[in-house]
Amino acid sequence: MPQQLTFNRGVRDGLPIGLGYLSVSIALGIMAAGKGMPLWGAALFAGISMTGTGDLVGINLLAIGGGLIEMICAIAVINARYMLMSLSLTQKLPEDMPMWKRLLIAFGNTDEVFAVASTQVRPLTFSYMMGLILLPVVGWTGGTVIGEAAGNLFTGTLIAAMNIAIYAMYIAIIIPAARKSMSVLLVVLTAAGLSCLLTYLPGKPIGDGWIIIIAGVTASALGALLFPRKEDA
Amino acid sequence: MDTGYMLAGILVMSGVTYLIRALPIALVRRRLKSRFLLSLLYYLPYGVLSAMIFPAVFTCTGNVLAAAIGTAAAVILSFFWPNLLLVAVVAVAAVLIAM
Repeated sequence: MPQQLTFNRGVRDGLPIGLGYLSVSIALGIMAAGKGMPLWGAALFAGISMTGTGDLVGINLLAIGGGLIEMICAIAVINARYMLMSLSLTQKLPEDMPMWKRLLIAFGNTDEVFAVASTQVRPLTFSYMMGLILLPVVGWTGGTVIGEAAGNLFTGTLIAAMNIAIYAMYIAIIIPAARKSMSVLLVVLTAAGLSCLLTYLPGKPIGDGWIIIIAGVTASALGALLFPRKEDA
Repeated sequence: MDTGYMLAGILVMSGVTYLIRALPIALVRRRLKSRFLLSLLYYLPYGVLSAMIFPAVFTCTGNVLAAAIGTAAAVILSFFWPNLLLVAVVAVAAVLIAM
């Protein structure tokens, strides 16, 4: 019997995400300091944007003096996948949830928050989502501050190794589902294969943001065509 | 870095990210009926996450062999004990040892 989706349950589910973000955003903070971005700027960017690759690219664009239009286009391409995730999340939210609650949930709908939320069996509650989002926001912002302020305490090897933490968490989310369901396994393998194929095309004609969307949607559509889900499943 | 320029950039980029996330959640309330669409949305998290992992995970540490060992450790551990934090810590440790 799944537990009630309370605020506390959300905080507990958000703890590993927050710690994973902490380790990755330390590296981000160190990079921001190296690019001459002040601590308050990096912390503000991390705290209000809540996007890993987006921040990475954003800080680089700021450092080279990129234009605002360039920033809008780059971020839109890199983060377009969130539109799919938010659309998917709408199906798990109560239909009568008020707009302000929806707008707050949207703020924290990161890849990992979405992955954890979407694997819940019960309908999502507002308090669960707020609990789930809390520690990721604290971890992401806090890690950026630590990296900016105390980056010299970390060795390069440790920083490099910590980059794998987020990917390891993705793996821990998809493997149990792929183990239980052949159709999920097919989707996972197809998406991985397509993503590798598109990444290593000669001359790399497609950007990373688009590759994720093309590979992810194609693999999921294939799964939906070959193995449609039963009603109410 | 010029403060005004930096602030403008931060606000614009964060605004774009937020709009992308908020528009579907704000606009879509009804339950979808199409079996294909529902199936697509069910598979989407796994498809998108898998596409984000591969091949990026192999280049994320700057050492392909160490990253591959860390990935293998994460996959094997997730098979038996899919605890997010534990898998992340073990993967980082495996990369550190392999480097």
